[in-house]
Amino acid sequence: MSTTTAPAEQGIYHTAGSLRSERRWALWSAYISLVVAAIIMLAPPVYMLLTSLKTSAEVADQSGSPWWVRNPTLENYWALLGNRMFIDFFLNSAKVTIAVVALTMVISVLAAFALGRMRFWGSQALATGVFLTYLVPDTLLFIPLYQIVGGLGLLDNAWGLVLVYPTLTVPFCTWIMIGYFASIPKELDEAALIDGANWMQMLWKIFIPVALPGIIAATIFAFTVSWAAFVYPTAFITTPSEMPMTIGVVSQLIRGDTFAWGQLMAGALLAALPPVVIYAFLMDYYIAGLTAGATKG
Amino acid sequence: MADGASLAIPSTAAPASGSLKRFARRRSTIALIMTLPLIAVIGGLVVWPAGYAIHLATLNRRMTSFIGLGNFEILLESETFRMVIFQSVFFAITAVILKAAIGFWLAHMLHHIPANGQRKWRGMLLVPWVIPPALSTLGWWWMFEPTYSSINWLLNVFAIPSVPWLGEPWWARISVIIVNVWYGAPFFMIMYLAALKSVPEQLYEAAAIDGATSWQRLRYVTLPMMRNIISITVLFSLIVTFANYDIVRVLTNGGPRDLTHVFASYAFQVGILAGNIPRGAAVSLFMFPILAVIAFFVLRGVNRRNREEA
Repeated sequence: MSTTTAPAEQGIYHTAGSLRSERRWALWSAYISLVVAAIIMLAPPVYMLLTSLKTSAEVADQSGSPWWVRNPTLENYWALLGNRMFIDFFLNSAKVTIAVVALTMVISVLAAFALGRMRFWGSQALATGVFLTYLVPDTLLFIPLYQIVGGLGLLDNAWGLVLVYPTLTVPFCTWIMIGYFASIPKELDEAALIDGANWMQMLWKIFIPVALPGIIAATIFAFTVSWAAFVYPTAFITTPSEMPMTIGVVSQLIRGDTFAWGQLMAGALLAALPPVVIYAFLMDYYIAGLTAGATKG
Repeated sequence: MADGASLAIPSTAAPASGSLKRFARRRSTIALIMTLPLIAVIGGLVVWPAGYAIHLATLNRRMTSFIGLGNFEILLESETFRMVIFQSVFFAITAVILKAAIGFWLAHMLHHIPANGQRKWRGMLLVPWVIPPALSTLGWWWMFEPTYSSINWLLNVFAIPSVPWLGEPWWARISVIIVNVWYGAPFFMIMYLAALKSVPEQLYEAAAIDGATSWQRLRYVTLPMMRNIISITVLFSLIVTFANYDIVRVLTNGGPRDLTHVFASYAFQVGILAGNIPRGAAVSLFMFPILAVIAFFVLRGVNRRNREEA
């Protein structure tokens, strides 16, 4: 913005020395705000990292600054990685997340294609319904779902989570895929139909490759949401060996009155690692998915 | 509409017109089959449970007999639940206003710095949104911990007395809001930044030529252009914040003295932990009317936006 408006404004205000100082002041205040915000936003994860590098003795020692590590050690991490229970948390999370992401993408890509491209009776109403279900929070549904999952005998079972997590992922993924599919020019499917392609070939050979950025964004969304899900596993799972990461770390690493803070923070960081790594490498897709809900739909 | 009609014509122009009907039928049949899994998920896991929740809420504790609105009456008479209503509303409104204001401010600041630096800053500022909230709240819990609080340590450095973050009701309420704002403000920032970038540059140039001050540019150009996205984001966040569970569960677990419970955590407490499923269902159903009203306005905003873009 500043680069494009500069010449125009200088042309108008020849004597605008104050304008330049105003702009410099604006730039400074922008950087100061951003530095302050970045410190606040990054302080909790940084402090978690610092604590995770401390021994229990150093955590308990209150003589120095808590924001510094005197004798950094990785023992908390090694203890966790050698802990069978913690490894199980990870495997459960991975199992549930991968199954849910696969399920979600199949359901929502098929449905989005049908709703967005093959209009049929009621497809508009259904698309609106998809958006409305996206607005239904999990905390409204967990009690009846608790009864339903219990009735199916899937309480205390990680596969029960695979059954219910699609309520979190499918509506939003379908919604943004409808938006991405709608942005593909209609000439493409006309050309495919003339060439004798059927609907599945059209979806597979044209829509999926062209809408790939949208599919990546939706996949990332489904992954992050399944990995971070908290209400359902807290309600449905009580056996440690079936717990996914989030509830496992929160409920099982906190024991007794003396907290092993270093280990707890190390566990929380390790549990948060997969979504953070995906974010670090695929930030643009992540943000595209985030903003697509309101700007594309 | 348009694509359906234009698609049907080329492939069916040659054969007899009787097959046109068959083709349309086949197309809608295929479409319906492709949508079936979605319908199953929405119907079986959202609509049916929602109806089932209403049924559950009318039963007695052992789920043996119908007691009508008894659970709702008992809840409304209890002092604890009235505090839950107050706390949920107070929490959601305060947190959303703060998130929207901070998000708007940061988006604006981010928009002002040179474009090549924006990516880096945006990447850093979005980190709270990426960490699963249950886990980052553990970090906050540790920072608020009474004896070792690193925040109090920082306050003491500046000669400010220690704060009983989670021990005293009003401070506990503020702590929950702080964590929620920390987690949610980056989302607002990203949404507003995307909206800011879509405001045409010519509008600002025209405003500058007319001699508008930066405040006037904000008031008469930026805000009207972003009005729709602001309302969608705020309403959406209101739903999510109102229904929040993770942060309260990890940070205070409803305490001290059940004064920081919101609907979700109280429903969990009553329904799952205390085993009174019908009453728990009734608690979470209290969210429904409020959420339905908000959802109506979100939908209206989104539809209006689609029409504007069409």
